[in-house]
Amino acid sequence: MLFSVALTFLGLTCVTFFIGRIIPIDPVLAIVGDKASRATYERVAAEIGVNLPIPVQYWRYLNKVLHADFGVSLITAHPVLEDMTRVFPATMELALLALFVGTVLGVPLGVVAATHRGRWQDHVVRFGSLLGYSMPVFWLGLVGLLLFYARLGWVEGPGRLDVSYDDIVPTVTGLITIDSLIAGESDVFWNALSHLVLPASILGYLSLAYVARMTRSFMLGQLRQEYVLATLAKGLSPFRVVWVHALGNVWVQLVTVIALTFGSLLEGAVLTETVFAWPGLGLYMKNSLFNADLNAVLGGTMVIGVVYIFLNMLSDVIYPLVDPRARSRG
Amino acid sequence: MLKRRALMASAAALPLTSAIQAAWAATPKDTVVFASQIDDLITFDPGEAYEISAQIIASSIYDRLVRYEAEDMTKLVGGVAESWTVSPDAKTYTFTLRPNQKFESGATVTADDMAFSLQRVVIMNKTPAFLLTQLGWNKDNVKSLITAPDASTLKFTITENFSPSLVLNLMATVAASVVEKKVAMANEANGDLGNTWLKTHSATSGPYRLVSWKANESVTLEANPGYHLGMAKTKRVVVRHVPEPGSQRLLLEKGDIDIALSLQPDQLKALAENKDINIESFPYSGTWYIGLNLADARLKNPKVRLALNYLVDYHGMANTFLKGRFVVHQTFLPIGLSGAIAYDPYKLDIAKAKSLLAEAGYPDGFELRLSTSNSSPEIDIAQSVQQTMGLGGVKVNIVATDRKQMIAEFRARKQMATLLSWTPDYLDPHTNASTFAFNDNDSDDAPHPLAWRCHYFDPAVNAKTTAAVQEIDPLKRKAMYEELQKIITDDGPYILMFQPSNEVASRANVKGYKPGIVEDLYFFRTITKS
Repeated sequence: MLFSVALTFLGLTCVTFFIGRIIPIDPVLAIVGDKASRATYERVAAEIGVNLPIPVQYWRYLNKVLHADFGVSLITAHPVLEDMTRVFPATMELALLALFVGTVLGVPLGVVAATHRGRWQDHVVRFGSLLGYSMPVFWLGLVGLLLFYARLGWVEGPGRLDVSYDDIVPTVTGLITIDSLIAGESDVFWNALSHLVLPASILGYLSLAYVARMTRSFMLGQLRQEYVLATLAKGLSPFRVVWVHALGNVWVQLVTVIALTFGSLLEGAVLTETVFAWPGLGLYMKNSLFNADLNAVLGGTMVIGVVYIFLNMLSDVIYPLVDPRARSRG
Repeated sequence: MLKRRALMASAAALPLTSAIQAAWAATPKDTVVFASQIDDLITFDPGEAYEISAQIIASSIYDRLVRYEAEDMTKLVGGVAESWTVSPDAKTYTFTLRPNQKFESGATVTADDMAFSLQRVVIMNKTPAFLLTQLGWNKDNVKSLITAPDASTLKFTITENFSPSLVLNLMATVAASVVEKKVAMANEANGDLGNTWLKTHSATSGPYRLVSWKANESVTLEANPGYHLGMAKTKRVVVRHVPEPGSQRLLLEKGDIDIALSLQPDQLKALAENKDINIESFPYSGTWYIGLNLADARLKNPKVRLALNYLVDYHGMANTFLKGRFVVHQTFLPIGLSGAIAYDPYKLDIAKAKSLLAEAGYPDGFELRLSTSNSSPEIDIAQSVQQTMGLGGVKVNIVATDRKQMIAEFRARKQMATLLSWTPDYLDPHTNASTFAFNDNDSDDAPHPLAWRCHYFDPAVNAKTTAAVQEIDPLKRKAMYEELQKIITDDGPYILMFQPSNEVASRANVKGYKPGIVEDLYFFRTITKS
């Protein structure tokens, strides 16, 4: 297990590192700018070691990582680990709420679509999912802002907090909603939630689209099984058959789908974070990549890697909880 | 039963957004909130900062040896210095400091702080160092050439022959900011003269101190009560990173920000009707040009260059999609810099261009690869150029890439033609002459002025540029730059096109924001909010 995790990380850093070094962006130029003198340029190039052969650079990087030193981001001038503790919780907060919306609504909708296959309920769910799939999140975000923020005034606009609430709550978890509750600042909590709810709903809608479609197809598979007919014949209520027995059998597959959805919410939030000026991991990675800030890109990649591995492990833990067969085998 | 449950499940699908009613949003009265794209920020150390956002913000943080002030942005006045004298040979400069200036720590500003601040820029040799090293200063001589004979006197000697107006203009740039020596040295790490610490902190005597910088999120400044022109009118300034202009517009309309800095023309147009919002246009000193690489034999031919200059629809662009934001300007000194002239000899003239191309031996034209960045309005300008050049037989292939990638190509002289803009580094004509005209070493390991990037190498032009920078008589000097501009417009390796203006949208109750003609000259301290 440990060996495979280590190998995964090695592969991850290796691929990211080499891709980062062959993209046609000059990290030195990103730091010194176009107007620096040649002497300045060369001094910085030597400082960050871009003149060395790429394998040597990679070896040096690995060595540092093994000593828990992820380096300093060229762009933010902060240690990458410190940046991660700032940007990761911002994305996490967004992704968690989005996942909550996506699962709590997506699974029942998928079930309803499956039990009403071919009827209007099914069409509505499938059409809604298709829309969620095909509408660009960028556009959806702006339209959402225009409607719910600018016109209706139901939610707060881009950013995590209003300026007047900035720096009131001490950072504990990095999730402002949680931190404000810990600090007992209810004003800050409501403001943060009001900023969070729109981007999370939009991201949640996208994951809902996926979760609902998958749930529908898993459920259709189950509803065709003979045991469904048998339990109905035995006189169980249709509600119990669908929501307890059939749904109970698709949870294993759904757990995997939901875990993967969460992973993609973390890395796929770049556009949402841009529109909503959300200082999260997606925006950080994009900016770092465009400036060839390899330390930051690698740091971010590692974080996402850790999350994926963690999610996989978590799914393994959850399987036995939702599926007695996995329990007995285990 | 099943149906009722299904209905309940669908009811839960109502948008979560309706759950929370937002309170009335407005920014606090003592705070001005900007929205801008500030992901270029990498440091606030005035000895290192040279990114656009850093210049805009740092010019409200640090005071400089001398300055142009918001009250009259055309007149050079004392900043840290109250008065100065220049020796008859224009080599030695003596400054008397203003008394009782205070750093944010409460300590008094001394000549020693100022000398240290200038020295560290040269010793650290970061990006802005070129502003000072051109005076002949280097890490070995700078401590003996810049001295503080007493607490209120700063003295320095330059080793190059330079006009005093140029030297004083350099002392008005970010590189001549004063930082508190004691604080910088107390936070020194590995002999970095406080550089790492000053990236994210300030040690200033200027209008504002840096309270916090959260990368990709926000910068917060707070007024410094000890500033010599009095405490700034607005106590706090927050610059929020809002990368998407559409979001900036919505925030401005709702009053969640006071000033939006990155709005696009269509957004500004839409806001023009809104009585809660003011849109102001400020002159800006950029030069938009196409640089032609003379390593290409066709572009080396002056007639071909002349023909290409006649194949751009300058006025057509300025009157349509660039209207209100760009004016036609065909010399390398933008209006606002000393010596700038209105000399616009080119307009779209396809017949003339065709005959010039025929004379040059290319009656059927040729293919031109035009590199540009994949952003607006660069790409729109490139498309217009593509269309009009096509009418003259020159087939333009646009290569649009990320701006950084394009600049790397330009610096490596691998471009054929590059559409780009240039902003002066300081308010002296030499800043642009030294890059558009001067190139005394065309070998590959030379520095990178624009003339070098275009393989433009003319000893006579070099001599004229050098003579102009050394001329002490201001009137003669001005005439020299006028001549130089005409030479470059007529024969240089460029298609000089436009000078932009800077359009800023702000809430109607926010007044007094003063962006100057360069980023280094933006003022927050004059902003008031009613």
